[in-house]
Amino acid sequence: MIVLTGNDLKSGAVVWWTGADWSVHVDDAVDVGDEADIITAREEAARRVNAPYAIEAARDERGVRPAHIKDRIRALGPTVRPDLTLKPAEPDIGNWVI
Amino acid sequence: MAEEIGTSPDEVQFRFRDGEPVDHAAVTVDSFLDQSNAAAVRIEPGDDARDLLPYLDRLALVEVNFPTFGDGRGYSAARILREAGYAGELRAVGDVLIDQLASMRRCGFDSFASDKRLDEDDARAAFDRWHDVYQPAADTRSPIWAKRHGRG
Amino acid sequence: MYLYDQYDQAMVDARVAEFRDQTRRRLEGKLSEDQFKPLRLMNGLYLQLHAYMLRVAVPYGTLSSRQMHALADIADRYDRGYGHYTTRQNIQYNWIRLEDAPDILADLAAVEMHAIQTSGNCIRNISSDHFAGAAADELVDPRPYAELLRQWSSFHPEFTYLPRKFKIAVIASDTDRAAMKLHDIGIQIVRNEAGELGAAFYVGGGMGRTPMIAPLISDFVPLDQLITYAEACLRVYNRHGRRDNKYKARIKILVHELGPDEYTRQVEEEFAHLLDQGVEPPLAELERVKGYFELPETLRYPGAGRDPALAESLDSDLRQNDDFRLWFERNTHSHRHPDHVSAVISLKPVGGIPGDASAEQMHLMADLAREYSFDECRVMHTQNIVLPHVRISDLRALWTRLEAAGLGSPNLDTIEDIIACPGLDYCSLANARSIPVAQKISQRFAASGRTAVLGELKLKISGCINACGHHHAGHIGILGVDRKGKENYQLLLGGSEAQDTSLARITGPGFDEDGIVGAVEKATDVYLANRAEGERFLDTYRRIGMEPFKEALYG
Repeated sequence: MIVLTGNDLKSGAVVWWTGADWSVHVDDAVDVGDEADIITAREEAARRVNAPYAIEAARDERGVRPAHIKDRIRALGPTVRPDLTLKPAEPDIGNWVI
Repeated sequence: MAEEIGTSPDEVQFRFRDGEPVDHAAVTVDSFLDQSNAAAVRIEPGDDARDLLPYLDRLALVEVNFPTFGDGRGYSAARILREAGYAGELRAVGDVLIDQLASMRRCGFDSFASDKRLDEDDARAAFDRWHDVYQPAADTRSPIWAKRHGRG
Repeated sequence: MYLYDQYDQAMVDARVAEFRDQTRRRLEGKLSEDQFKPLRLMNGLYLQLHAYMLRVAVPYGTLSSRQMHALADIADRYDRGYGHYTTRQNIQYNWIRLEDAPDILADLAAVEMHAIQTSGNCIRNISSDHFAGAAADELVDPRPYAELLRQWSSFHPEFTYLPRKFKIAVIASDTDRAAMKLHDIGIQIVRNEAGELGAAFYVGGGMGRTPMIAPLISDFVPLDQLITYAEACLRVYNRHGRRDNKYKARIKILVHELGPDEYTRQVEEEFAHLLDQGVEPPLAELERVKGYFELPETLRYPGAGRDPALAESLDSDLRQNDDFRLWFERNTHSHRHPDHVSAVISLKPVGGIPGDASAEQMHLMADLAREYSFDECRVMHTQNIVLPHVRISDLRALWTRLEAAGLGSPNLDTIEDIIACPGLDYCSLANARSIPVAQKISQRFAASGRTAVLGELKLKISGCINACGHHHAGHIGILGVDRKGKENYQLLLGGSEAQDTSLARITGPGFDEDGIVGAVEKATDVYLANRAEGERFLDTYRRIGMEPFKEALYG
């Protein structure tokens, strides 16, 4: 699947396109098919997102998994500070990144 | 006849010299050096401003083009001309944005013709932003060190 | 240390107002991201992997306790309770909101600090020797010259859109603690045969994808022409540096392509012209700045030797506690005044994140700087903190408080004292994570007890070719790369950023994360098996060459 990601303009938070809005949870991301350019142009112009781009991802039993490690780290948070990731209660979450 | 390029007076949005904007069509540095009688020339980033130094007294307008705002060679070109005594109009043209105006002014530009019309209020605020400056440049402002030591 | 006058204060205040205005225009849509990006970068604001990141300038690495407290407060108020000290002697925060950035800059301005030119294609924060003004081996304090250059380069109207970033370091000792020759301009304050002070200019060094050691282009620039000479160096670069290829735009490529002789000729020509242009501040300005860097009264006049009572007090402390003695031996540096030392606070706890400090730790370091070090501390390019002027009889009390806060690691210049860039855990440019590799290496060597056996061994890790972790200059360097979507680590040997500057060479094919830790261990095996009396890892490598290491790693 193709999903869209970027950062919130004001807060800088990593966000994912849900089909209607932007969410900080990668699992909310939807497949945008061949609509990526249209959506990113519109959303960026409206300043609802900053520096958006499209990536490959796959949906599995744990949720949406970006194809590249960089986007998995963006989706989760720094692997060296599990307390600051989106899933601080899962101590082995770093393995999801690798 | 050299090919004419350059901006017209009504494209000049900000100007810091007396009289009307110079209304000569500019030519390229190469055309100018090639025996042109033009009184206006346009410097591109790759041109050497020092090539013009022998002819400064017959130039009424030098345009310095910024094809993209991130290419800063035009700042050096402007200072070099002013350091050599060029007193004619020095016009920044091209991708000239609000947040570059103050530095350009300091490097000796006294005329601004941006590709895009700039917001008047924001531009005025930018020109007036810096009450003091740390270093001398091509304007007449005294640097802070001169003020500290009673030379300002 | 330097204090702002009303002019300096007005400049940073104006900058805050300017950035507040720029941020407003961005949020209103008057500036596109393409237009805003260079403006925010010139205020140290990046868009990184997780959020905006703010890099705050620490000019020549020097901070007062008040400033250190303010940095801690920013970590608490606007970030997530910590900050990261960098190889540029700066601090950066990882979780900043764009909306907050103007307020943070205002908080910084209130303590005479800023984030000006900590990124962008301009002259960056000036770095220096972290023991400046204290080291027994220096000629003079280099920081007044750095401050003069700071003011000259701040908002320089001609040099704000250079081909690429531009880094200047100033030292005044033959012992190089600032990687001076690996900067765009490295300046060493020297004395000529006539006994006059001047500046030797090294131009065109750097790391990154094409590491180069800067050649000497002038061995003596008189102090009353220092700024003019720097201006000439920059103008030649601004006019002729390459702009067609981002990867060839640093001044090192220009100097290399022209050749040092031709570059020097062009600089000298421009310099001769600029000497008539009045760009040089008067020597009275240098004297004014120097006044701020005068040593505290009690440190100014070293006696013939150590005060016997103080020496006995220290000796007694050292005899009583082996942990304290180890810390003293490793983490202190000789001071020009024999009753004092410079003490290094290690930000490299075993298994920790190199260079990170919590707000709490920053507050403590600020308090300790006030109580024990004449209100001053320094950021080292090796991502540690220095208390420059500590009385030897205060060391035990200092160390006890550091220990209690997890800041007492006795590992300066050992294999545990690893430089690591933020890597792929934080940085959008990175190809691989650096921090987990640093953590595993420090844990492995601490557990095996080999740290002490190895002695001085500088290990530096970068998560990408940009080399923020100085891997080219490590006795052992590690470079993280992306190999078909997997993190992979190349091993390099033989680099140095000291006065014997050298560039490390790659050993061969890379390793995975666990493999690189084992590879480092094997390299140290080769050293231990081959070292001669008194040799450091680097010395042995230089003597026996790469082959024995390759054999052990790949044979």
